[in-house]
Amino acid sequence: MTADFLLELRSEEIPARMQAGARADLEKLFVKELAAAGLKAGAITVWSTPRRLALIARDLPLATQAVSEEVKGPRASAPPQALEGFLRKTGLTREQLTERDGVLFAITEKPGRATRDVLAEAIPAIVRAFPWPKSQRWGAASFSPESLRWVRPLSGIIAILGDEAIDLEVGGIRSGTVTRGHRFHHSGDVVITGAADYAARLRDAFVIVDHAEREATVREGARAAAQAAGLVLVDDEGLVVENAGLTEWPQPLLGRFDEAFLAVPPEVIQLTARVNQKYFICRDAAGNLANAFVCTANIAASDGGAAIVAGNRKVLAARLSDARFFWEQDQKVPLAEQAKKLARITFHEKLGTVADKVARVADLAEWLAREGVVPGADPALARQAAELCKADLVTDMVGEFPELQGLMGGYYARAEGLPDAVADAIRDHYKPVGQGDDVPTAPVSVCVALADKLDTLRSFFAIDEKPTGSKDPFALRRAALGIIHLITENGLRFAVAEGDLLTFFADRLKVQQREAGVRHDLIDAVFALGGESDLVRLLARVSALQAFVGTEDGVNLLAGYKRAANILKKEAASTAGAQGEGVVPPTGEEDPLALVDDPLFKDVAAEFAHSEPTLSYTPEPAEAALMTALAQAAPQVEQAVAQEAFTTAMASLASLRAPIDAFFDDVTVNDADAEKRANRLALLDQFRAAVHKVADFSRIEG
Amino acid sequence: MADTATKPLSLQDMILRLHAYWSEKGCLVLQPYDMRVGAGTFHPATTLRSLGPEPWNAAYVQPSRRPTDGRYGENPNRLQHYYQYQVIMKPSPADMQDLYLDSLRAIGVDPLQHDIRFVEDDWESPTLGAWGLGWEVWCDGMEVTQFTYFQQMGGFDCKPVAGELTYGLERLAMYIQGVDNVYDLAYNNHGVTYGQVFLENERQMSKWNFEIANTDALFDLFRKATEECQNCLDAKLPIPAYEQAIEASHVFNLLQARGVISVQERASYMGKVRDLARGSCEAYMDKYKDEWAERFPGWTA
Repeated sequence: MTADFLLELRSEEIPARMQAGARADLEKLFVKELAAAGLKAGAITVWSTPRRLALIARDLPLATQAVSEEVKGPRASAPPQALEGFLRKTGLTREQLTERDGVLFAITEKPGRATRDVLAEAIPAIVRAFPWPKSQRWGAASFSPESLRWVRPLSGIIAILGDEAIDLEVGGIRSGTVTRGHRFHHSGDVVITGAADYAARLRDAFVIVDHAEREATVREGARAAAQAAGLVLVDDEGLVVENAGLTEWPQPLLGRFDEAFLAVPPEVIQLTARVNQKYFICRDAAGNLANAFVCTANIAASDGGAAIVAGNRKVLAARLSDARFFWEQDQKVPLAEQAKKLARITFHEKLGTVADKVARVADLAEWLAREGVVPGADPALARQAAELCKADLVTDMVGEFPELQGLMGGYYARAEGLPDAVADAIRDHYKPVGQGDDVPTAPVSVCVALADKLDTLRSFFAIDEKPTGSKDPFALRRAALGIIHLITENGLRFAVAEGDLLTFFADRLKVQQREAGVRHDLIDAVFALGGESDLVRLLARVSALQAFVGTEDGVNLLAGYKRAANILKKEAASTAGAQGEGVVPPTGEEDPLALVDDPLFKDVAAEFAHSEPTLSYTPEPAEAALMTALAQAAPQVEQAVAQEAFTTAMASLASLRAPIDAFFDDVTVNDADAEKRANRLALLDQFRAAVHKVADFSRIEG
Repeated sequence: MADTATKPLSLQDMILRLHAYWSEKGCLVLQPYDMRVGAGTFHPATTLRSLGPEPWNAAYVQPSRRPTDGRYGENPNRLQHYYQYQVIMKPSPADMQDLYLDSLRAIGVDPLQHDIRFVEDDWESPTLGAWGLGWEVWCDGMEVTQFTYFQQMGGFDCKPVAGELTYGLERLAMYIQGVDNVYDLAYNNHGVTYGQVFLENERQMSKWNFEIANTDALFDLFRKATEECQNCLDAKLPIPAYEQAIEASHVFNLLQARGVISVQERASYMGKVRDLARGSCEAYMDKYKDEWAERFPGWTA
């Protein structure tokens, strides 16, 4: 026997942004409570409106399974102490035990529980444990600080299993079968008989309880309203969900505003409409912003919404006239004048004012252009743009809409008649803000965007304000990521950082590249060679390496490398152990030629360094082959790396694969003959050194 | 825009209707507090009375001053002096939303013609050590009321919770009268406009707030209010102490309007005002907590 269960938790208006999370939490908690009692529903549906959370669990068994628990005890013939112990443990008497094949068993029959009783306990537990992001107390009960908390005052509970109401109580609220309909379109009680008629009864009371249906109404209704006016709605799924979360009976309505407001930048209009008023905006056939908005009312007004539209139009007009006032006022003051006010704003107590920051950014932006780090950038324009890039922070418009920082500066710069390159650079200097944001490519824009973020990172690292764990109050991770995007997408060649900051970049790079499918261990392997601060070169090398380790040659070479490295490691350990006391460790300066810096001496030194050791024995064929291969490949690898021909470097490494495999197959490294052993170890060391010219393969996984 | 057949309510009739409505619902109808404050919440009838277990229901108009919002009478929506209608009910009644909606009906807003919405807006006043959850109430997209369930005041948990309503009277009146400029509002039904009463006041006060006020004198006033607050606290007189905290808060706002407090100093001044306000709430609590605990078994501060 199964039945459908209906739960409604009715409250005062739940914030729209919390409803999706609340639905997920309700389902999760419900499933968990049921599972704890051994129950499982066939299917669960969760709905929300501003005033209610509802859950329907289909095909719920009416009772939990009866369970028989059996505990094995001593043999019937066991000594009395054993029996006593068992009786004590189980809390039973000898007569209650069951004997089977000479062994005693304690058998407890746990009868099934009525699901009704399980729910009567589970629902209050769910309500008390509900993880609202913010919750409150209310009413007379809040005399006690332990009174029930809910997102807003909880006003009613419906719990019906099949056609039977489940009696329960939480925080002084008793469950029943009665709810309320729409706040204004319906008065009095709405009586529910069960899951089957819940949605329909509410619909009769002007409540669409299914949020997805309301979302569809908003989405399609707004589009249709725009279309009827010969316009195209600017789709905005965030607004769809928010408006559906604010209404139980959504009615999209189109209104017009004074065309004169279109003189204000479209982003300002869109932001005002969206953020302050939750309105959709529309475009005309040519794609320009139209003087229209779509609001979503919660009532079907008797006048068709004329009064509502008129009211909303007035509110929007007041906001747009504020915006137009700011737009006009701000333009009366040149950005260079505004920028002076930045000296009054503290950037960070240890890093001076925003004006100080701007001065640093301007120096850096100019340097990036002058040194050719950003090819084709005019140093004077880069400096000019940087000096003005933060000036819009003190404008009225950005004071009102902080989200428009940068963008407004760009508009004001253009209105002042500054060069487009400067206006664009001001507009785009915060970019890229996140994953998927546009990355500036215009040279002057790149200079300023890069300089702003680099200065932020260098400054905060200099005063030891580094991100830790989840704390990154100055958004330094985002700044580093922005720099990585700017560098890689524009192919900028320069040393981005050193020391701690370079390590920080390496970590960010790994995170960022993971999404592009680049292996973090390969990035580590290249960084491990030390101090690679040219991210473009680094990524080229990593990319060639990733292609290589994916090939059969690469896999085998890596295996050969690991084997060689292990042998060398063991050898190093045993040598170190054998050294003992009184042995002076080598300083690296034993070679008298090592410190000679005379250019004429270089060739001589090189000759000594590369001179082939003369062997007193005939090397085995595989040994000789490896010697030859190394003599050829090592300089090739070195040269290719120097030329940044990383694919060629990998190909040269690949030429070592067959010789190293054959060497390990045919040659005994640990030969009894000391000279053979020494030569073979030296060969492995050379092999390792050749590989290390590309990357530290010991960091590569697999 | 009025939904009654007759002429829309004048500003003063709207206030009278609200008084009659909330009086009928059991609220004390109080008069404005006779000090300069930034919002109706600062009235001791809200701040201090929301502390402790005693039931308390009150309604009043509070003239509110925000010096930096002054626009010399040239902006149709912004004023440095305006009226708030404040209702405080402790404990918050179960039907407080319905009571509120009926009050809108009482002043001529028909919720079947106009779109009334409760939009999330939590309230926090670091100055008062207070916060609450609630909404801004929208009427056709315009915020007309702030609705808050106080959770903490002066750093103390509200036991029980008070519900607070703050109506923006000029906005609501502009809406009801269908007027685009606040100065065009009908103040009464005999031809007197809001502008006739307040326009010159806005011009002169804006000038004084922004340009004329003697900043040395203001700094001195701030210091004196701070000292006097402490003097009252030492004498265990929380109510006069709280008055001095309000005074310091308003003088700080004036200094802000004069632009003589730097960004760096701002936080420190706000911290001082907060300490005074909280200190007064603590002293108030301290003075009555034993009596309350005795009269309301189970209640603790």
